[in-house]
Amino acid sequence: MPMPIPISTPPLLEARGLTKFYGDRLGCRDVSFDIREGEVLAIVGESGSGKSTLLSLLSGQLPASAGEVLYRTRAGEIRDLAALSEAERRFLFRTDWGFVHQDAARGLRMGVSAGGNVGERLMAVGARSYGAIRAKAEDWLDRVEIDPTRIDEPPTAYSGGMRQRLQIARNLVTAPRLVFMDEPTGGLDVSVQARLLDLVRRLVADMGLAVIVVTHDLAVARLLSHRIMVMKQGRVIEEGLTDRVLDDPRAAYTQLLVSSILQP
Amino acid sequence: MNAPLSPQTAPAATGYNFAYLDEQTKRMIRRALLKAVAIPGHQVPFAARDMPMPYGWGTGGIQVTAAILGSGDVLKVIDQGADDTTNAVSIRAFFQKTANVAVTTRTAEATVIQTRHRIPEKPLKAGQTLVFQVPIPEPLRFLEPRETETRVMHALADYGLMHVKLYEDIAKHGHIAKTYAYPVEVEGRYVMDPSPIPKFDNPKLSMSPALQLFGAGREKRIYALPPFTRVKSLDFEDHPFEPTRFEAPCALCGATDSYLDEVVTDDRGTRMFVCSDTDHCEERRADGHRGLLAGDDLVDTITREADVERDDGAPIVPLP
Ligand SMILES: Nc1ncnc2c1ncn2[C@@H]1O[C@H](COP(=O)(O)OP(=O)(O)OP(=O)(O)O)[C@@H](O)[C@H]1O
Ligand SMILES: [Mg+2]
Ligand SMILES: [Zn+2]
Repeated sequence: MPMPIPISTPPLLEARGLTKFYGDRLGCRDVSFDIREGEVLAIVGESGSGKSTLLSLLSGQLPASAGEVLYRTRAGEIRDLAALSEAERRFLFRTDWGFVHQDAARGLRMGVSAGGNVGERLMAVGARSYGAIRAKAEDWLDRVEIDPTRIDEPPTAYSGGMRQRLQIARNLVTAPRLVFMDEPTGGLDVSVQARLLDLVRRLVADMGLAVIVVTHDLAVARLLSHRIMVMKQGRVIEEGLTDRVLDDPRAAYTQLLVSSILQP
Repeated sequence: MNAPLSPQTAPAATGYNFAYLDEQTKRMIRRALLKAVAIPGHQVPFAARDMPMPYGWGTGGIQVTAAILGSGDVLKVIDQGADDTTNAVSIRAFFQKTANVAVTTRTAEATVIQTRHRIPEKPLKAGQTLVFQVPIPEPLRFLEPRETETRVMHALADYGLMHVKLYEDIAKHGHIAKTYAYPVEVEGRYVMDPSPIPKFDNPKLSMSPALQLFGAGREKRIYALPPFTRVKSLDFEDHPFEPTRFEAPCALCGATDSYLDEVVTDDRGTRMFVCSDTDHCEERRADGHRGLLAGDDLVDTITREADVERDDGAPIVPLP
């Protein structure tokens, strides 16, 4: 587990009583937590426990049935996400936030070159020098361990691991403060996973990012996160520092998860 | 369009309302036009009518022209710069028949100019209206096929994707490869498709004293550039927009500053470059300008390639 973040800094994002119903079906219920810059929070739980629902609520992509998400902007204002205009929300999304999807095709433009993928956010916020955009894209490809000479290839020519690293470059190029990741290592070989996790860990530390990562893989949580939230049937049943939760789980369900996954 | 508008009493062909469309429809189109003029570069939906010709003929432009035409107007119709192609001749004949308006081939004399794929070389004046035929009004279409999404992108001026396209061009070809329908930004706000005019014409869009109206029939959209609107062709600082330049002058009139078409001069495939704007070329020759090949018989025998392809593959059929 990485070094814990001192709690004296004010939260970057705060969730209060977040609840989502899809009609009658519960997505998640009464979720509250906060996260600070430099902190990685893992959300774990079985399939259908509400992890993706929670991520969509936190990133303002889905309206909550109840509760609120407060976000501290770069200007230092605390804003209720539900009260943001669509323009403000999109602006946050292309500057201050990143979203790494499990399925690279959802997070990348598969018909656009790697350089265009990385450069898109820069252009969206007004970059108009081709040379500077390209130089920055090359730098970011290098930082995510993609050979910069492959800058003009589309993601379809990349391996699964490379695609995930490209997604990360595309998201981090505007130096966001908060990155959401939904199963970023899902579907990758173990060795490819390890390399990706190592990269994410370094970038998080270098850039002081706050990361909310959804995973069903406790090993991923162990390696990346400072804190863990365990979800079951839409509720948070246990929360705490990663080592504490994994080494000394309190909820029976967490004990089951830990014993079934970490100790074969 | 400077003449009083409907109802019209001009002796048009029997069986038609003045300029073919009924007054109700014209009012609807004019409302859309007013909105379009008020929000330069913004696409306004309108309830396009079926016209007695296929979409590839420029039914959007024809409806706009029909809605603004008054009995005192002088109409010019060009297709790729020429007044004498089948398409231009038919549209001109259509309005002569249905509105009985005066027609001309002289840019300077026209009050309304309907055009497909060109802006006349002679600078337009205040009081003139240029009506463009538009096949695809949405500049983001090939980048983002979902209309709900492109609408939001316009609303929020979320145009990063437009530059991604230009970035890809430079990465692939070393320069921005688009040579026509080159996207523009209007008054620093809306990104607009100027219709498939050559990028050579893009600079003429900006700060024109004339009113410029764009009609897309199949897609049911109208947009506009009121006089003296700033229009900027999208580019990068280090890859600035450059209008097409031609190596040689027009073979007929010697013009060095006009858009040239390659034309076949005989059945052995001999080619030369001549002004695409036929009125401009003729006027220059009448004024005594001569290009290298300016034998006068030659002019009548050239085959205009411009006449061959359509925007949408619609067959070229004469009007009934
Ligand atoms: N769009 C939707 N409409 C209706 N119900 C939904 C919708 N999305 C999710 N749900 C339901 O909400 C609950 C939580 O789903 P969610 O996708 O958040 O779980 P998850 O923890 O991300 O699961 P997984 O690990 O399989 O991705 C499930 O019961 C699911 O069926
Ligand atoms: Mg999920
Ligand atoms: Zn000429």
